[in-house]
Amino acid sequence: LEEDEVVEMQDRLVIKGVSLSSRLITGSGKYRDESIIPAVLEAAGCDIITVALRRVDFDRPQQSILNHIPQGKILLPNTSGARTAAEAIRIARMAREAGCGEWIKIEVINDQRYLLPDNAETVIATQTLAAEGFIVLPYISPDLPTARRLVDAGAAAVMPLGAPIGSNRGLITRELIEILIAEIELPIIVDAGIGKPSHAAQAMEMGAAAVLLNTAIASSPEPVMMARAFKQAVEAGRLAWRAGMGAVSTTAQPSSPLTGFLE
Amino acid sequence: MTFAAELDGFDFSAMARRIASADASAVERALNRPHRTIDDFAVLLSKAAEGYLEPMAQQARALTRSHFGNAVVLFTPLYISNYCDNGCRYCSFACQHQIGRHQLGPREIERECESISASGIRHILVLTGESRTHSTPDYLAESISVIAPHFSSVAIEVYPLQEQEYGRLIGLGVDALTLYQEVYDKERYRVLHPFGPKKDYLFRLETPERACRQNIRALTIGALLGLGDVHYEALCTALHLSYLHRNFPAVELSVSLPRLRPLVATFDDCTPVGDRAFVQILLAFRLVFPHIGITISTRESQQFRDNLLPLGVTKMSAGVSTAVGGHSSEDSVAQFEIDDTRSVEQVSSDLQRLGYQPVLHDWNHRLTA
Repeated sequence: LEEDEVVEMQDRLVIKGVSLSSRLITGSGKYRDESIIPAVLEAAGCDIITVALRRVDFDRPQQSILNHIPQGKILLPNTSGARTAAEAIRIARMAREAGCGEWIKIEVINDQRYLLPDNAETVIATQTLAAEGFIVLPYISPDLPTARRLVDAGAAAVMPLGAPIGSNRGLITRELIEILIAEIELPIIVDAGIGKPSHAAQAMEMGAAAVLLNTAIASSPEPVMMARAFKQAVEAGRLAWRAGMGAVSTTAQPSSPLTGFLE
Repeated sequence: MTFAAELDGFDFSAMARRIASADASAVERALNRPHRTIDDFAVLLSKAAEGYLEPMAQQARALTRSHFGNAVVLFTPLYISNYCDNGCRYCSFACQHQIGRHQLGPREIERECESISASGIRHILVLTGESRTHSTPDYLAESISVIAPHFSSVAIEVYPLQEQEYGRLIGLGVDALTLYQEVYDKERYRVLHPFGPKKDYLFRLETPERACRQNIRALTIGALLGLGDVHYEALCTALHLSYLHRNFPAVELSVSLPRLRPLVATFDDCTPVGDRAFVQILLAFRLVFPHIGITISTRESQQFRDNLLPLGVTKMSAGVSTAVGGHSSEDSVAQFEIDDTRSVEQVSSDLQRLGYQPVLHDWNHRLTA
């Protein structure tokens, strides 16, 4: 192996012991035409795809969105539509029974206007499902005490929102996410709010383990091209984080203002 | 506080002055606010806002895309009974009309469900005429038990029930309720509903709250546009949505904006709402309530419905018959005349051509029932 290939291998994202080559996770909703999804996933290069279980028609598997997801990808069903921990738990169990695997994104929302997750109910659902052997990825409003409770509850990662879902407004919760990255041992995956590749690059530059986004790709007039743009942005941001940023200053700095006379 | 109490305490004359006096700068202020209020809603209904329909539409489209993507949920109504105990002056199902009355039994319902289900539809709206004596709560429960296994989401549009009765139907698979106040103006309500249980304005007004207390997932409300002063009716509907959201934030709220379209009844005591006024009202709802669903009826023409799509519509009926048993036979009277008669398949392919994603499956009552 070439040296940089070895470094790449060492930098893989690991969630609950599962080693992943991509740090970009995409969704499967909001597409005009779902038949474009395989091409989008190919361009994004992602290993994990989220799917809203509420949209999956188990009575008519031939028309299901699951048919558009290529073999070999990790399916991450979400509990969209759950208003309480109990509903999220029930949806997760149904997903597993339906053959969607062990991975589950907990999404508990009980305010339809702002669609902000209910952190307290999310912790309860995480505890139960992790104990049942699920690989649980909880979606939360960025909050350190909640994140610590999720660690104790057995979460596989923590997914704070960058901005309200679907808003494409970027990392407006940046400082709170930075605290999670600094304090929490689990992978921090920025979920929701990422509207353009530069937002994704910013999240990765600040040390996020991965980003999850859907609207930005699905609502682009050219979803496949946009997926490729996000892939490159995530890789660039990750490389920049690994390289370490140069110092930032508000004024111009000559290279050696005080010690130049020694040269 | 109940919604009725909130409505009683609301200063409508101040709001009427607001609508009458709003000028261009008030409209622009309303358009530039990130979170809009009932006051903004009033301003957006004003004469001054008529000149801003295009910028309102642009914002409405952006908000709708952000909240709903390109998705449009399709559903089909299923009329299981047209018996009625009321004398609503504008309705062709009202009990004073000599029309064929029919109520479907379990086997006929089964046949209707199979016929609708074959069209690909997974969301059903079950309707009855408002007769508690014919379509008893037990009849509703038995019918829902037949219907629920055929569909992933079951909504009902029936006479107002008691709170526990909603709980029972929710337990059988009902996840959504549609209930029109018809007209919020108390005096107009009294005139238009001269007899029958529906005379009880207050019991109807508080129906959505009863269903919400029983944990209904989704709720659609609205006024029948044309029965009362259109600004007053739109404002009351907005206040109702606002009340329901504040008190039951988990409930998925929708508004439906049916324009009066009587069929059998010879009824002229109404004020038709024109297309421009209708669009302005729809836009005001979308701009003030970016998160709510907006349903558009097959009373509207195909062309008009297509043009309304980008303005905020998120749900449409398709493959509609408003006659009892109309999905599997052809010999019954319709409640109102439909204009858009396209099949589910046609509506789906037309939506795709226009850049939308027809969604046949957006919920499954088995996920939580």
